[in-house]
Amino acid sequence: MDSYRSGSLDALHHPSEDEDDDEMVDIAGATLDFSCTDDVPPLGSGGYEDYSVPRHSPLNGGPGPSRLVDPLEDPVPGVGTYEDFNTIDWVREKSKDRDRHREITSKSRQSTVALLHSVSDAFSGWLLMLLVGLMSGALAGGIDISSHWLTDLKEGVCLSDFWFNHEHCCWTYNQTTFLERDKCPQWRSWAQLITGTTQGAFAYTVNYMMFIFWALLFAFLAVILVRAFAPYACGSGIPEIKTILSGFIIRGYLGKWTLLVKTLTLVLAVSSGLSLGKEGPLVHVACCCANILCHLFTKYRKNEAKRREVLSAAAAVGVSVAFGAPIGGVLFSLEEVSYYFPLKTLWRSFFAALVAAFTLRSINPFGNSRLVLFYVEFHAPWHLLELGPFILLGIFGGLWGALFIRANIAWCRRRKCTRLGRYPILEVLVVTGGTALLSFPNSYTRMSGAELISELFNDCSLLDSSQLCSYKQLPNTTEPSSGNSLADRPAGEGLYSALWQLALALLFKMMVTVVTFGMKVPSGLFIPSMAVGAIAGRLLGVGMEQLAYYNHDWIIFKGWCSPGADCITPGLYAMVGAAACLGGVTRMTVSLVVIMFELTGGLEYIVPLMAATMTSKWVADAFGREGIYEAHIRLNGYPFLEPKEEFDHSSLAVDVMRPRRADPALAVLTQEGMTVGEVESLVESTHYSGFPVVVSHESQRLVGFVLRRDLLISIDNARQRQEGVVGASLVLFTENAPSQDPPTPPATTPGPAPPPAVRLRSILDLSPFTVTDHTPMDITVDIFRKLGLRQCLVTHNGRLLGIITKKDILKHMAQISNRDPDSILFN
Amino acid sequence: MSRWKGSGFSVLVLTLTLILLEAESKNFEDMRCKCTCPPYRNITGYIYKINVSQKDCHCLHAVQPMPVPGHDVEAYCLLCECKYEERSSNTIKVTIIIYLAVVGALLLYMLFLLLVDPLIRKRDAYTQPLHNEEDSECVQEMPPQMDGGLGQGNTVLGRVEGAQERWKKQVQEQRKTVFDRHKMLS
Repeated sequence: MDSYRSGSLDALHHPSEDEDDDEMVDIAGATLDFSCTDDVPPLGSGGYEDYSVPRHSPLNGGPGPSRLVDPLEDPVPGVGTYEDFNTIDWVREKSKDRDRHREITSKSRQSTVALLHSVSDAFSGWLLMLLVGLMSGALAGGIDISSHWLTDLKEGVCLSDFWFNHEHCCWTYNQTTFLERDKCPQWRSWAQLITGTTQGAFAYTVNYMMFIFWALLFAFLAVILVRAFAPYACGSGIPEIKTILSGFIIRGYLGKWTLLVKTLTLVLAVSSGLSLGKEGPLVHVACCCANILCHLFTKYRKNEAKRREVLSAAAAVGVSVAFGAPIGGVLFSLEEVSYYFPLKTLWRSFFAALVAAFTLRSINPFGNSRLVLFYVEFHAPWHLLELGPFILLGIFGGLWGALFIRANIAWCRRRKCTRLGRYPILEVLVVTGGTALLSFPNSYTRMSGAELISELFNDCSLLDSSQLCSYKQLPNTTEPSSGNSLADRPAGEGLYSALWQLALALLFKMMVTVVTFGMKVPSGLFIPSMAVGAIAGRLLGVGMEQLAYYNHDWIIFKGWCSPGADCITPGLYAMVGAAACLGGVTRMTVSLVVIMFELTGGLEYIVPLMAATMTSKWVADAFGREGIYEAHIRLNGYPFLEPKEEFDHSSLAVDVMRPRRADPALAVLTQEGMTVGEVESLVESTHYSGFPVVVSHESQRLVGFVLRRDLLISIDNARQRQEGVVGASLVLFTENAPSQDPPTPPATTPGPAPPPAVRLRSILDLSPFTVTDHTPMDITVDIFRKLGLRQCLVTHNGRLLGIITKKDILKHMAQISNRDPDSILFN
Repeated sequence: MSRWKGSGFSVLVLTLTLILLEAESKNFEDMRCKCTCPPYRNITGYIYKINVSQKDCHCLHAVQPMPVPGHDVEAYCLLCECKYEERSSNTIKVTIIIYLAVVGALLLYMLFLLLVDPLIRKRDAYTQPLHNEEDSECVQEMPPQMDGGLGQGNTVLGRVEGAQERWKKQVQEQRKTVFDRHKMLS
């Protein structure tokens, strides 16, 4: 295992932040040891041949002086990789892949083995999708089963087989009564086990204490596992995955340990009664699976752009297993998470999402071949006049979304900047304790979020005996009107008390979710938002139902809601409310509607869902254009160039480029004439991640662009491998030997021969993108977005003037919208 | 080497997937027919469960004993709803046991790293105390062991220790980024 060690590499920090550079040592430490980081290919794996040769061979003609023999024929391993917290070069990666593909195709005509290799190369993408779907589906099934069991463990334990949760424990017991469907002798609550009684204040207190104890235990285990083994496993993961998909590199974020810890602690966090969901973390889990499986295939291991295609598909898989909605998952990946989404990825994402849904279905975590707990099975019709309340729900969802985003960002900012952030474990314990303390008395907050949503989505029929369905039985109508759907009936006592409890639950959930999202445990946002919306929707639905019952001769109800008809379905209102709130928070549009329609299995409710979602998005956009994930990206300062934002300021490229007037001149390298020592000192004295190469300092005519990492690796490699390279050796970016003749006459003074030169033409990018100084900024920003550039050179009358990097653009945009430009942290 | 680790890990998870899918051997008690019958006239509601296959899952077969006389059976059965449900208790058992085993193993490893490892390495200021969250700025001393990486040679133990050291450093860096400096993940 070779390790490159040199003094210059101690300075191989990521060049953005001054105060971080001392501490943020490259993951490999002072040595560049490629085998330790997850994503960097190990040494000696080869495969770089097709990078350097086709791209930079300028004269495809014959041999001879066009390419001098390079003593270091093998490409230096490490060239072409990226540092942590840097942006990839999309253009370079895509052209690498095209070259590789071209080479394989051209070789495939030569022999059968090569032909098989090209066929297998083409199929590797599909095989990878299949594996990603299988692995993610299996993990999601395991997460579902474990979290159901752990959630019920807070209340009691199954004596016969401890691994069954409440429902499965009583599965075969056939003396269940209609009113108490979940009682059976094998399931004992903790009060029963400890005190022997089930009724009374003492038993209630014991149950309460045990509930809080288990909740605290689970949360404590979750946070210490996260802290000890994989700190990247906390939070939702979607903002960081969005940033990764736009080209950023975060080493270890999608690694094995993160996957393991995220899977385990997600179960613990969800079971501890906290107001969070598992959909966002499931996307992270699926992307980790994809990243790990990419290491099996050369095509994806070595190429960051191709890998991001796979990650886009994995994001679709994550949502697909969370909701049982493959199409919704693909649209979610397209709309929310991915940056570039070519059509090829669309088909492959769909395939992977289907495989995952199928795997999950065969694991069958819920025992009824459903993939998600709150599947809706009713198909009751709705009337056009109900669009009024649906739009009201949309407005509520938009207001809730805007309010939630502001409150959550304020809370997270406080956690980031003040002393609150120094006690993460204590914070988790306090929030869990408070949540458990306040949620136990109310039966609607005691149950998990998915169960609550499932109960709220349920349409009441004769077969239900829950409190929410306790209507007054009218004396002369005991027969159902059609197919077990009942006419609207007046509310009974149980229903009124349920409504009170639901209203309190709504307030509680609205407040506690603000504090919970963003804690140092895996936390998702979909289920709590949907729960808030479902509660609001159900309340409105029951209100409308009672209104229609008691006032059936009002004009608005007269035509369609005669007494004895089932006109209002509160379950539908709950569903529309859930969609509206989720849309208000995340600003999803198409994907949300498709997910909800896949949940219902029918097209009847598309119009109400769309009306509510659009209203909620418009209302929420009136308060702030960002969804929760974009807001978190901005809070953390990730270098994410928003693809949907308009740049409507009339500045020119010369206003944004560096160096500005007061700055020192642009640090350039000349194509010949600089020594190794000069190059190293220039590189070390600045923090730039790349340097333009010009013909000479006087002419400033552009030759190309070279990256700092490649430069340092190559020079260090030359010092070690090549003989005689010292500080005074020349560094050449030209093809041919330098044509200068030293003025010393040849044979008179046998002075020492000049030290051999270091040829670095192979690491030079000969086609950097340039704009002129008068290019308007909106075109420049468009170029950055569409091509995925990291930096762009600015020329004036053909001479190099300056450089614009992505970070400069982000800072400029922040300045324009009156935000703090120093909040852009990474490079 | 990380490629083999990654592929080994994924092979392990895929094997677990296959085990899970295999574990769906049918237990007799794992299929049931659940018939929910609401209150009817003066008969209280009841839920009937029997262990039959899907073709036998209908009201006439499942509702035993029938609470209404013969001419009323059809009306009663129209009210009842019978659903066939299947589960795999083996899958559930295997999943829960694997989950508990992995969590237990991680907790033990954490205790090992916390308590036993410093004694083995006899290094005082190296491992930072995991539960002491007040100590956000910890003394970071680069262990001289890192530079001796080449000297450890190719012994398996040396490589494992080197890998473990690197992993620990990685986790420390992540912890500093996320927990202490709040640069990522708010």
